[in-house]
Amino acid sequence: MTPSSTTSSGLSLDQRIEQVRERLDEHTRETVSWHFDPDTGCPFWLDYAANLSWDPRKEIQVYDDLKKFDNFRDEWLREGDIRRWVPKGCAGQPIYVFETGGSTGRPKARINIEDFKIDYELFSRTLSDEAFPKGADWLMLGPSGPRRLRLAVEHLCQFRGGICFSIDLDPRWVTKLIKSGRMAEMHEYKDHAINQGLTLLRAHKNIQCIFTTPKLLEALCERVSLKKLGIKGVFCGGTQLTAQFHRFAREELLEGSIEFVPTYGNTLMGLACHKPYEPADNYSVIYYPPSPRAMIEVVDPDQTDRVVDYGETGRARLTTLTKEFFMPRFLERDEGIRHAPCEAYAWDGIGDVRPFSGFATPIVEGVY
Amino acid sequence: MLHIPALRLGQPYESMTKVDILHHATGEPVASVSQVNSGVIGRDKSLLADDVLEGFSVAELMEMSRHAAELFMTASLPLGDSKQSFDDYVKQLSATTGMPITYCRHNASKIYNILSNIETVIRGLTRGFDLSILDIGHGTSAGGTLSFFRDGRVFGAVLPSNSPGVHSLWAPAIALKAPIMLKPGREEPWTPYRMIQAFIEAGVPKEAFGFYPTDHAGASELLRQVDRSMLFGGSATTEPYKDDPRVEVHGPGFSKILFGEDEVDDWEKHIDMIAASIAANGGRSCINASGVWTPRHGREIAEALAKKLSAIQALPSDHADAQIAAFANANVATQISAMIDNDLNIDGATDLTQKQRGQDRLAHLGKCAYLLPTIIHCDDRDHPLSNREFLFPFASVVECPIDQMPTAIGPTLVATAITHDESFKKTLMACSHIDRLNIGAIPTYQLSWDQPHEGNLFEHLYRQRAFQVESAA
Repeated sequence: MTPSSTTSSGLSLDQRIEQVRERLDEHTRETVSWHFDPDTGCPFWLDYAANLSWDPRKEIQVYDDLKKFDNFRDEWLREGDIRRWVPKGCAGQPIYVFETGGSTGRPKARINIEDFKIDYELFSRTLSDEAFPKGADWLMLGPSGPRRLRLAVEHLCQFRGGICFSIDLDPRWVTKLIKSGRMAEMHEYKDHAINQGLTLLRAHKNIQCIFTTPKLLEALCERVSLKKLGIKGVFCGGTQLTAQFHRFAREELLEGSIEFVPTYGNTLMGLACHKPYEPADNYSVIYYPPSPRAMIEVVDPDQTDRVVDYGETGRARLTTLTKEFFMPRFLERDEGIRHAPCEAYAWDGIGDVRPFSGFATPIVEGVY
Repeated sequence: MLHIPALRLGQPYESMTKVDILHHATGEPVASVSQVNSGVIGRDKSLLADDVLEGFSVAELMEMSRHAAELFMTASLPLGDSKQSFDDYVKQLSATTGMPITYCRHNASKIYNILSNIETVIRGLTRGFDLSILDIGHGTSAGGTLSFFRDGRVFGAVLPSNSPGVHSLWAPAIALKAPIMLKPGREEPWTPYRMIQAFIEAGVPKEAFGFYPTDHAGASELLRQVDRSMLFGGSATTEPYKDDPRVEVHGPGFSKILFGEDEVDDWEKHIDMIAASIAANGGRSCINASGVWTPRHGREIAEALAKKLSAIQALPSDHADAQIAAFANANVATQISAMIDNDLNIDGATDLTQKQRGQDRLAHLGKCAYLLPTIIHCDDRDHPLSNREFLFPFASVVECPIDQMPTAIGPTLVATAITHDESFKKTLMACSHIDRLNIGAIPTYQLSWDQPHEGNLFEHLYRQRAFQVESAA
């Protein structure tokens, strides 16, 4: 669709792009005001502001003004007291802590109150009721432990009226096994995860939906036909998902009859939705962030202030703008192709996401 | 552009992920190669009928192999959506690997020889019992009952790009009834694809073949999925599999020429054979000599070899006199040369070719990088360069007393021992770390078809069992 076409909302795509941009600017002002207000902000950002020569509440008026901040540094999430991230405005509410990384050393951690629920409720609207029926039970065949995904998928399932079954799986152990070359043990552990999943699938006939990772989906489908087990929808993410895997999953693993929903997200940003499958996209997996709560920009890895042109590859830069968490301009460990707004999402997307190739040491991706 | 598909149970498969392979000299793409994700390999393994070749006798499969040999050398065979003549094959192979055209033809003839002499090869592997025993499952040989079953139901290979001759090693698997799943080297999809097409044209069911260009994860998955396999690669690649009996590892060869006390004073008459052992086939094979071990005359031997081999120059791959390959990736040549120079900074080793030639070993011709033959004289047999192998004609000449030599040489794929000394021969015969042993002035690259090379494919695929049948009343 070209920007001048009229969308289902009655507005042209250009008009909608303008509309969501205004909403994003307004949301940015609100979020910055909240986090830098001494009554509502968190200790980290209030301390940070105390060392600035400018006042974020005055100078951040639109989204583009966020460039006045330095890039968010991930070590900030690996050090200090976790409570420095709790906004005063959220005091007294139950706090979750979700972690990412952590195979060696201290993991990155962020606090969460309602964000993961809101993200997945918004995402739920993009799922079809045929493939992910209301009232259907789910299998969460993915990481357990201090991962956002574990609770988020369960909430998604509950939000749609189902009960979520899950397994024990420690992705940090998998990463360690891979890094130390103990591949036989890695496969044994993977089989252990798959066996847990198969037991649940066979025992609970109302399980009709699955969340899993690309590698676990392959391993699961080596053992069983999900179609014969009555699975209707598979929600897949957690690691790189190539166009070739997308096609292989739709055509072969899911036998052309089970809905496949790829996703891109992380603990820091939330959950990006995929552009609805269209044959014309040639199985490219294209994601759109949950604007205005989070944004993804594709930037030149060597000049990270420059957003690349549409169709060009660059590094993903994430910005999270919620009342629980403010994370401006975080350079993610991924790269991808910048995509133009589309009918469903009137803002930039990112496609063909893969680990950033500019790191000296390649990233190890496990089963998660 | 020419597209090379994967083959899934013999069916061409165009992947969403493709990798262009480039001409070594021009940098222009020669073909785009479909890359499969690792899940495809697992899925195909589960769909592959491992008895797909059981309907044929070994004799019939050997006949098909012989026919495939002729087709490989002469026929126009499918390559993606087009056809490939033998000349096309040779040009394409040279283009992406940098190997001289003459060597490409020579390597093709090795494959031809293996396939056309398949009966000799199989008899060498099976030591002469009646091959119909493999069809029936049991029989009588030398007056006793003999029974085998095929334990390796599906055979796989993770293949290299360095020398097409290595493809002769997996080829007998077809006559031994094992369907195959191959992962080609990145720059060398040409030879295994053409061999598969020749087998299919010769009557072998296409379902017996999988051809999976893929990444590192895909290669690991292939080794995990198949029952028996061959893995080619450097030490880092092969190390994790060295104790896995399902995987036959073909790593660096560290092949050597050894002089006995009795012959070393006549070293001059062997210089041509030694030089050929070092430089044949561009010095890219594990059966090329990378060491010359001698009780004395080390410096003189090294200088004579340096003089002879320093005459070899970098020439375009289509030049009739080209003897060394260009590096498809010029950075690799630069890194190897820097690594050698770095080690030469340690006392105890001298590059004699560089002195003789008056030119750096790293040479350029247009955009191409070459490594010219290099002979190192090592005063110290513990020097880091005394027992190394690289992807070009490289050898170290090391002095070592005869009584210490068998142990000091370490793992050696091919040892050519120039000696008549019975005691020295006997010690070498007992060395478990020598894989192939030549006694006399036999070039290290000279193989005999009737003997297994680096592992016995028949023993890799089959197991003998005790077997009795109740006598008829």
